[in-house]
Amino acid sequence: MKRFEFLIEWALFLCALLSIGTTAGIIIVLAVETFAFLREVPITEFLFGTEWTPLFATPRFGVLPLVAGTMLVSSIAMAVALPMGLLSAVYLSEYADARVRRFVKPVLEILAGVPTVVYGYFALLFVTPLLQQFLPNLAGFNALGPGIVMGIMILPLVSSLSEDAMQAVPRGLREGSYALGATKMQTSLRVVLPAAFSGITAACILAVSRAVGETMIVAIAAGQQPRLTANPMLPIETMTAYIVQVSLGDTPQGTIEYRTIFAVGMLLFLGTFLLNLVSTWLRDRFREEYA
Amino acid sequence: MTETATNATSARRQLMDLGFQVLALLVLCVALVSLGALIADIWSDGGSRLSWNFLTGFPSRRAENAGVWHALTGSVFVILVTAVLAVPVGVAAAIYLEEYGGRSVAARIIEMNITNLAAVPSIIYGLLGLGLFVRMLAMGRSVLAGASTLALLVLPVIILSTREALRAVPPSIREGSYALGATKWQTVWYQVLPVALPGILTGTILALSRAIGETAPLITIGALTFVAFAPDSIWSPFTVLPIQIFNWVSRPQAEFQVNAAAAILVLLALLLTMNAAAIWLRDRYQKKLG
Repeated sequence: MKRFEFLIEWALFLCALLSIGTTAGIIIVLAVETFAFLREVPITEFLFGTEWTPLFATPRFGVLPLVAGTMLVSSIAMAVALPMGLLSAVYLSEYADARVRRFVKPVLEILAGVPTVVYGYFALLFVTPLLQQFLPNLAGFNALGPGIVMGIMILPLVSSLSEDAMQAVPRGLREGSYALGATKMQTSLRVVLPAAFSGITAACILAVSRAVGETMIVAIAAGQQPRLTANPMLPIETMTAYIVQVSLGDTPQGTIEYRTIFAVGMLLFLGTFLLNLVSTWLRDRFREEYA
Repeated sequence: MTETATNATSARRQLMDLGFQVLALLVLCVALVSLGALIADIWSDGGSRLSWNFLTGFPSRRAENAGVWHALTGSVFVILVTAVLAVPVGVAAAIYLEEYGGRSVAARIIEMNITNLAAVPSIIYGLLGLGLFVRMLAMGRSVLAGASTLALLVLPVIILSTREALRAVPPSIREGSYALGATKWQTVWYQVLPVALPGILTGTILALSRAIGETAPLITIGALTFVAFAPDSIWSPFTVLPIQIFNWVSRPQAEFQVNAAAAILVLLALLLTMNAAAIWLRDRYQKKLG
């Protein structure tokens, strides 16, 4: 009996350990191919080069255009999701009564659950044509349309995590503010929001990480032209969209083209990993504040 | 300050408060309108294309003959294999962390790692699947390789939701079991798991419904965009609905984009069914406890 219990505990432990194995697997697979890639391309050219043409006859391996494309689309997404997500979080946490919440929360959950390929369709065939009516110079593939749609996609994430953070702020702080004669808006913006600041920041950083790693919206609607630009009207390419572009072709294993997607993936992994770590750290600190 | 001045500031503040509330409501309306526009747009584009022939048809060079049977069966098949691979391991891992691990250093490291894994972009899992399953373990671009990749992707989500379900089981149930002389595993297997089961199932279905909409990792491992048959074994090449949608939406011809919209409707119907099942289970569960 004792031995059986012991075996079970070990089997369960091994299953839990598989998650560590997954992380290790990701790092090993990415590192092996990235090192092979860096043997052929100097790391300075990869990180600081301004031209990305690995599939051309005279390939150039400067990743900056892809990084710029990712940052451009993510910034547009955050410019949409941050103010809207925070406002709706304040409203849901401080103003809304039970009826509104019962109606709005499921809608936000549905928005968060729509597959990203569907958002890609929406960005390419609805939002971009709509924007073109106001911005005649907007290219058919561009950073603006997918950026806005991505913002709508991550809005529920910003909203629900920020709302959780505001709900965790003790009632006493609000009551103190009301007792001093403050209105609901003053209390929300000057007491609750600052008190929940680290929790909200954690939510926003997680949203940035989600935007940076988002793939299908940009692969469908942003184009496939690596371009070092801040102009949201032009076709661009993000790191994720590049990985998709190469995966769709039949690139033989062991070639440098094949290895570029792992090198780009490594950069993507490190970037999002860092963001996630900061987000977790901030969230834990926030939890301790009101524990 | 005179009384009228105080009243004036007060009135102004009340007005600003009202304005703020209206602004916030407007923002919420934008979110609702976007969802409405999304569904209306796709329905008006693809609704008329939906038919029995579209559901049971195979891909074709001519848009009006093409169907989604191969992709629909591919999606369902891949998700079933994913569930078989991920659910037992995920539930076991959650049981370890919730019932056994406690405050040990190993458990805390694993916990932190799972939180981090849940936020890794899905396309990174695709690269892992390509390097590990397709190449190193030589599974090729098969259903098994795709399902293994998706299994790793949903594992953190299943673990997190199973832990929630286990945490909701009242400690008195465990204590009662121990008091009768049951061992730890007997307590978990005969008392805790049956009570937590509906909650675990709900979380698992929601996790799998997320996986069924995943496109990027499967494209990365090289799932084909043109497969003319339904998969018949775990070693078959396959395609799934999201990849078929991506393939159709990327073509310049409008007729194929209509197909994409219709395929999106099929995918959304599939998701709706899974979510409805999850909600049904949750409601049953809540009634039982209350």
